[in-house]
Amino acid sequence: MTAIRPEATFDEAVRTAKGAPTRRKVSRKSWQTVIWFVALGALTVLVLYPLVWLVFSTFKPNAEFGQNPGLIPESPTIDNYLRVFEGIAGVPLWRFFANSLFIASMAVIGTVLSSALAAYGFARIKFKGVGVLFAAMIGTLLLPFHVVIIPQYVLFNRLDLIDTYIPLILPKFLATEAFFVFLIVQFIRSIPRDMDEAARIDGAGHFRIFWSIIVPLIKPALITCSIFAFIWAWNDFLGPLLYVTSPEQYPLPIALRLYNDQTSASDYGASVTASLLALVPIMAFFAVFQRFLIGGVATQGLKG
Amino acid sequence: MTATTPRPTNASGPARRAAANASAPRKGGKPPVRPGLKLRERREGLAGYAFLTPWLIGFVGLTVGPMAYSLYFSFTRYNLFSDPQWIGLDNYIRLFTDDPQFIQSAQITLVYVLVGTPIKLAAALGIALLLNYRDKGSGFFRSAFYAPSLIGASVSVAIVWRAMFSSNGPVDSGLSIFGIELGGWVGNVSLVVPMMIILAVWQFGGTMVIFLAGLKQVPKELYEAAEMDGAGAMRRFKAVTIPMLSPVIFFNLLLELIGAFQVFASAYIISSGTGGPAGMTNFITVYLYKRAFQDGQMGYAAAIAWVLLVVVAVIAFILFRTQKSWVHYAGDNR
Repeated sequence: MTAIRPEATFDEAVRTAKGAPTRRKVSRKSWQTVIWFVALGALTVLVLYPLVWLVFSTFKPNAEFGQNPGLIPESPTIDNYLRVFEGIAGVPLWRFFANSLFIASMAVIGTVLSSALAAYGFARIKFKGVGVLFAAMIGTLLLPFHVVIIPQYVLFNRLDLIDTYIPLILPKFLATEAFFVFLIVQFIRSIPRDMDEAARIDGAGHFRIFWSIIVPLIKPALITCSIFAFIWAWNDFLGPLLYVTSPEQYPLPIALRLYNDQTSASDYGASVTASLLALVPIMAFFAVFQRFLIGGVATQGLKG
Repeated sequence: MTATTPRPTNASGPARRAAANASAPRKGGKPPVRPGLKLRERREGLAGYAFLTPWLIGFVGLTVGPMAYSLYFSFTRYNLFSDPQWIGLDNYIRLFTDDPQFIQSAQITLVYVLVGTPIKLAAALGIALLLNYRDKGSGFFRSAFYAPSLIGASVSVAIVWRAMFSSNGPVDSGLSIFGIELGGWVGNVSLVVPMMIILAVWQFGGTMVIFLAGLKQVPKELYEAAEMDGAGAMRRFKAVTIPMLSPVIFFNLLLELIGAFQVFASAYIISSGTGGPAGMTNFITVYLYKRAFQDGQMGYAAAIAWVLLVVVAVIAFILFRTQKSWVHYAGDNR
């Protein structure tokens, strides 16, 4: 295990002090760097290969699936794209995109609003019972979602909300995803209280403090939450599988399933092409906001 | 660096933990008795609950309430259309004595969780160590490794996985270079769980990022001191890295174990909703879904959910109990 850098520098210093040949040390160091790049480069190829394979596969005609396992299509074609754009089950592809986009956008709005409010309440207001409630909130972080799906389904069924988006969106407005509340609580706690105390003395109430002091300061956390909320809602499969029944209301993951399990002689080309298109928005988000995503994940694990 | 068990107030818990925690500044130096304090306190309480209202409605209406109901349903026969019919422990008895599908489902889920999670964590830690070796250039690799964890649970990736691991797919043809002929993983009873584990391990990036952030916080002096004392690389890893990282390891282990129990979309898509071949992707969540929403056995499925909850709770309990012996919080050393 030569993986830790700090002591390497130290090592170097000690050896130089001992009068060991610096030259050889330097070349050993650069060799290590080369090996490091080669090892991680190889790993990157391995990790990203499925995605690269996916991209190339979208240009393979159906006949090549199961025949040509390689990357490069033997007779490249854009037929898959043309077929996919037409849609499936009489619904054009853009409709599934629009459905997914609507659900995910509502999820972002609901999650950010409700989680930020709850987080402020947990982090900044001292009142009876807040400790117990916070512990309960953290508890839900560990709760397997499947314990509540049956009664939730029964409830939404009673309310006649099946085949609407309300069962998918309403929970987001009620901060049911503890991950986000927790993430924002951590962020608020790291902000010194001086400013809110000054505002208090000037007579500002909690809502005022929340809106004009805290919200601007926690923007990075809110951005992180927005992106995660979007991606999770975009990827969500079980929710729409349960609640969305008519094809024109399907979001992408459920539509993808149509390509996959319909008995229609498995259109592999269309299936992988639609899969790729469904990933494009996520990868775009990732490319633009990776700093927030990775930063958010790291904070979540460390502070507290 | 105290990961997990965040404490909102300093009222509870051992004093040393409270001291190590960030909540210390809460003890503002206000004089204890003052006229109008009661009113103020009440106003604070009102404000507190006002901010928590949406969360509270969700917590009661969509979490606690449903949990109580699902516990109740688990003692009933219930098909959504007629009223639940109390049958006592029958569902649970049937699960454990008269349902080979459930037993198999529980077994493969446990194998998936207990084999897959440690491999995933080890990969995440190993690669985090490798990345931590050097700053320049590591950002690119970190992003590349992180990407799969964002999309790994999606239907798209499940479709790709199925294609990659099908007979004559890229994985098989890659392995045949080494003379290994498997003839497809997707339909193979003994290879489909390993395939699912590989899919889980592929998503090591999220965990790796947390480890990496943890490694960056290990004080360099500790390594220097260990080296002065003549500790080799392996020794330094065992005596410095692992203890300093143990809160993060604990946190990741807990969340990953619980998360792994809930794998659904990939298993469902890979088996086209059947849980096949021969029930080998019939993970507990898939089985629960099929019982509840295909067979309409809501009561029976609720019992499955509660078994899952109890297993998860037991694992969390064991982890928290053993925490003392291997997790070192920064506050304890002072």
